[in-house]
Amino acid sequence: MAGHESASEFFAHHLTHLTVGSGFWTWHLDTLGMSALLACIVGLLFWVAARGVRVDAAPRGLTSFAEYIYDWVDLNVGDSYQSKDRRFMNSLALALFCWIIAMNAMDVVPADLPSGLAGLAGAHFWRVLPTADVNSTGAMAFVVIIFVIVAGIRAKGVGGFLHEWIAAPLGGNPLLWLPNVLMNFIELISRPVSLALRLFGNMFAGELLFLLIALFTLSAGPSLSTVGLFIVQVIAGVAWSIFDCLIIVLQAFIFMVLPVVYISMAEETHG
Amino acid sequence: MLQLNATFIGQIIVFLLLLWFIYKVVVPWIADPVNARYRKIAEGLAAADAGQKELAAANTRAQEIVREARERARQIEELAQRRSREEIEAATREAQSESARIVAAGEAEAVNEAARVRDQLRRELGALVVRGASQLLEREIDARAHERLLERLAEDIARG
Repeated sequence: MAGHESASEFFAHHLTHLTVGSGFWTWHLDTLGMSALLACIVGLLFWVAARGVRVDAAPRGLTSFAEYIYDWVDLNVGDSYQSKDRRFMNSLALALFCWIIAMNAMDVVPADLPSGLAGLAGAHFWRVLPTADVNSTGAMAFVVIIFVIVAGIRAKGVGGFLHEWIAAPLGGNPLLWLPNVLMNFIELISRPVSLALRLFGNMFAGELLFLLIALFTLSAGPSLSTVGLFIVQVIAGVAWSIFDCLIIVLQAFIFMVLPVVYISMAEETHG
Repeated sequence: MLQLNATFIGQIIVFLLLLWFIYKVVVPWIADPVNARYRKIAEGLAAADAGQKELAAANTRAQEIVREARERARQIEELAQRRSREEIEAATREAQSESARIVAAGEAEAVNEAARVRDQLRRELGALVVRGASQLLEREIDARAHERLLERLAEDIARG
């Protein structure tokens, strides 16, 4: 299949979403489908694992793994969130971490495999990596920033929350109200944007690099040089896959920790 | 490429559903038993600690009791030794006095017997003397009439 494509066709094929609708009401079916499928898999695995947790028996297999993950998330959340009841924060961190890991992991699926399967099913496009779609990362960042605002209001009341908007971080002097509001506004916008774009950028770049590596033998004919190019492609692909595994986990970890830090900061009193 | 569209809304819904499921089902099912287990382990460790302390206290108490018992035994032994020594001494004293009494009684009896035998011998001798004298004088001596004389005579014979 790839043999009939030019490089630009190849990129267009792999970087175009399968969509329905138009304008704002465009739905990326591949992003929605893959992320929902992965959310179901994550939820199902944890459901199966959590059913096996017992008070007075050692956890086994999947249950042990789930307990370990939960403990680890709890530990990380506890590092930056000092409240006694961490259940919601643990849930948020666990959901973000596991879902993002699962979605990011789609990056190392060979680029032509899912789109080829989708082609067999009649779909012309199928991008398998939901976190390389800014709608995915933006949606998570948006939900997170709503939680940050809600946490701030819950901790300080509406009055206290608004007071901090005009009186922090520079001080309560009326001359500083405008700069304060400006800085808070920048902070409010920059946090979700940086969260969303960091994950998106990393995963999109990873995907792009896999596509670039795939170009080695894209339009090569059956010759001796093709064998050499193929070897280079395999080595480069393996090397980038290994490195990408670090990025997959690291970006998921960052997206897990930062919301906890933001919410923890929102509940502290400033100014 | 960076365009936001309805997918954004869809992804918010997917994320909230996953979060809700994890918050309502997964985390309680994991966290509650795990926390209960941690509490149980902490309680067990505390109990073990308390048990250790109790054991140490019991050991100290046991040593104390053994020491006390040894002391008591020593006292009892001492007392018994003293009592036995006293009893032996008392018995010895009693036996000595008894033997002295027996010896004294024996001696007294021997003296009495000797006196009695001597008395009898004297009487028999007196009778013999009277009979001899009466034969010599060929007439009967009124023993009663000469009792005084005869007795003196018998005493003289017995003494001499």
